[in-house]
Amino acid sequence: MESLHYTLATVWFLLWGVLWAMYFVLDGFDLGVGTLMPFLAKNETEKRVMYNSVGPFWDGNEVWLITAGGVTFAAFPLAYAQMFSGLYTPLMLLLFALILRGVSFEFRSKVESAAWKKVWDTCQFLGSFLPALLLGVAFANIFQGLPLDETHLNQANIFQLLNPYGLAGGVLFTVMFVMHGALWLAIRAQGDLRERAINLAVKLWPVLVVITVLFLAFSAVSTQLFGNYLQTPLLFVVLALPVGGLVLMRVYMGSSRWWGAWGSSAVFIGGTAMFGVIGLFPAIIPSNPNPANSLTIMNSSSSELTLMIMLGVAIVFVPTVLLYQFWAYKHFSHPVDEAELEY
Amino acid sequence: MDALMLSRLQFASATAFHFIFVPLTLGMSVLIACMETAFVRTGKEVYRKMAKFWGKIFLVNFALGVVTGITLEFQFGTNWAGYSAYVGDIFGSLLAIEATAAFFLESTFVGVWTFGWNKLSPKAHMITAWLVAGASNLSAIWILIANGFMQQPVGYVMRNGRAELADFVAVITNMFAWHEFMHTILGAFCVASFFVMGVSAWHLLRKNETDFFKKSFRLGATLALVASILVASQGHFHGNHVAEVQPAKLAAMESHWHTQTNAPMYLLQIPGQEGNLLEALPIPGLLSFLAFNDPSAEVVGLNDIPENERPPVALTFWSFRAMVGLGTLMILVAAFAWLKRDSIENYPTFLKVLPFLIPAPYLAIEFGWIVAEVGRQPWIVYGVMRTSDAVSNITAAQVGFSFIVMCAIYTLLGICGIWLMIRFAKQGPVEGH
Repeated sequence: MESLHYTLATVWFLLWGVLWAMYFVLDGFDLGVGTLMPFLAKNETEKRVMYNSVGPFWDGNEVWLITAGGVTFAAFPLAYAQMFSGLYTPLMLLLFALILRGVSFEFRSKVESAAWKKVWDTCQFLGSFLPALLLGVAFANIFQGLPLDETHLNQANIFQLLNPYGLAGGVLFTVMFVMHGALWLAIRAQGDLRERAINLAVKLWPVLVVITVLFLAFSAVSTQLFGNYLQTPLLFVVLALPVGGLVLMRVYMGSSRWWGAWGSSAVFIGGTAMFGVIGLFPAIIPSNPNPANSLTIMNSSSSELTLMIMLGVAIVFVPTVLLYQFWAYKHFSHPVDEAELEY
Repeated sequence: MDALMLSRLQFASATAFHFIFVPLTLGMSVLIACMETAFVRTGKEVYRKMAKFWGKIFLVNFALGVVTGITLEFQFGTNWAGYSAYVGDIFGSLLAIEATAAFFLESTFVGVWTFGWNKLSPKAHMITAWLVAGASNLSAIWILIANGFMQQPVGYVMRNGRAELADFVAVITNMFAWHEFMHTILGAFCVASFFVMGVSAWHLLRKNETDFFKKSFRLGATLALVASILVASQGHFHGNHVAEVQPAKLAAMESHWHTQTNAPMYLLQIPGQEGNLLEALPIPGLLSFLAFNDPSAEVVGLNDIPENERPPVALTFWSFRAMVGLGTLMILVAAFAWLKRDSIENYPTFLKVLPFLIPAPYLAIEFGWIVAEVGRQPWIVYGVMRTSDAVSNITAAQVGFSFIVMCAIYTLLGICGIWLMIRFAKQGPVEGH
């Protein structure tokens, strides 16, 4: 592969990782809030506060998933084709869950009927919990490698994806997102609900530490993720992101600075994702057990021209999106006013 | 059924269902932005009330459009891996641009719009309404440029065993895409305006909020007339373009079998897959004239198109006629509504009929897409890749299962969503919310 093409593909590999990390950071907290719904909200008002705490943002956050998927398609079409068809059933489940969750926001509080609300509350919970779990399972399996054959086709079915390491990834993602969601409620909820969210976050922190350490140890045994790091020890500074995020999260929680705690949690999630992505390089989907069949940036990327044009698009639009989403967060993240509930 | 047939059914159902909601989003977002602009300009509370009332219905519709759109992007990978690998270099980048340049804007500001009534100034709120409207329509441009590539592939070279981008400008200036965009947007304005007219008529008949609904009705009637006339006239040029670049589709739309100059159109015609079962009362040269603006032009017939490159004729033929018929009806209704817009309450029969005409533009759009997509078969990318070569290596059981679940979920969502929209529409404007 000629050098400009290789450089472009490398840049796109990193951007690909960053976009998925952004998705986990931003949709992570609203999936976490949805997962917490049945456990934290004790009455109708509290439920509505939880819906409204993520109300102005969930839709914009989910576009990061569309973008991460779209960029996989645009920059690494072969990897997109094999990743999505190879993970057919879990992906379909993820989509159905997200569909039911998306409409639950809009439908739930529009009709005064307990049964109606119960249906959509269930959709909100399952539609938040399942994606958190499935994303973790899917990415852990990618970290571990899929059994790709010579034509890069995945030979694993959904039950083989539910292996111990895959499930560990699912647990890690769920706990990360729940923590992220609880810290968000510390920012946007008030009164008892807020107290319960803070209590949960404080209790959950050691659990998150243990799970993270176990997952890293498990990764050292079950995956090749550490290969790149051992080869280039300087890369270990990437680990400073998740570790630093985790530590600062506790520090900020201790001094009741909730934006700081939430921000640290964001760094932790993004850092964890980037740690895995950098470990994958240059594979997008490694083949396990036969590394020769891996989908890499060399054999699955788009043409030089497409990568170049897409880079231009990304340089202009990603910062623009971040700018207006930052504006939206700044204006709409005050504590939820119980008199002004839209959802 | 095999994975290919099931994937086709799944994609067709997912797109058709998605497109029940998209046109109203496209058209209504613009109408709501106009209402907010009127409020900012005149300061009359009624316009704000209008934006809120139509906005509430809009949001239910919007949510359904968004969630059903997610499935579509991912289906290219899940069900059509062959296609994604073969043309992803071009097609994938267009979808990615749509997400970054348009969908983000739309989704972020629809949240701001929903929660911003009391937090933003009327002017700032109006700007968010325009951002949502502009981004929705921008999103349509990118999606249709992607579809345009499937209809008339341009700007690519065959290299490394796949289609690679060669000329980005050619891809985004593809005339097929821009015809489709114009046709889609104008069709969407028909949907939104007939929707507004239908709901307003229902309330005017019951003498609810007469000032409010007469204003809405006038806005709807004016837009309906302009959009229904423009969509038909622009459709003619769209047809000319199809005749030029997709002769097989045009021949199927007209069930035209023998290549000839002065090609006629039959007033009575029943198509079959092997030839017409009935053709009577020809108008000489009319088909040549409609297709090429020249009554003596030669029109290629299906007999000169290899059998394995012919689209399903009857479905394309009847869908085209249904679309044109509904379009004609819409022009007549819109013309009457517009002429009588100031005294419409004196025509109760007309008002009674109008709510039942809300589905007309919806159906016309669905039939139009059947012409566009079924008429393109057996190609997924016209002349470049066959649909049968595009399917993923997945089992019929996998697709069958997800297809059944999808149908169940979509049916549930469709029923709940449409029921909610009807409920809000009948409720009329409510103070506060």
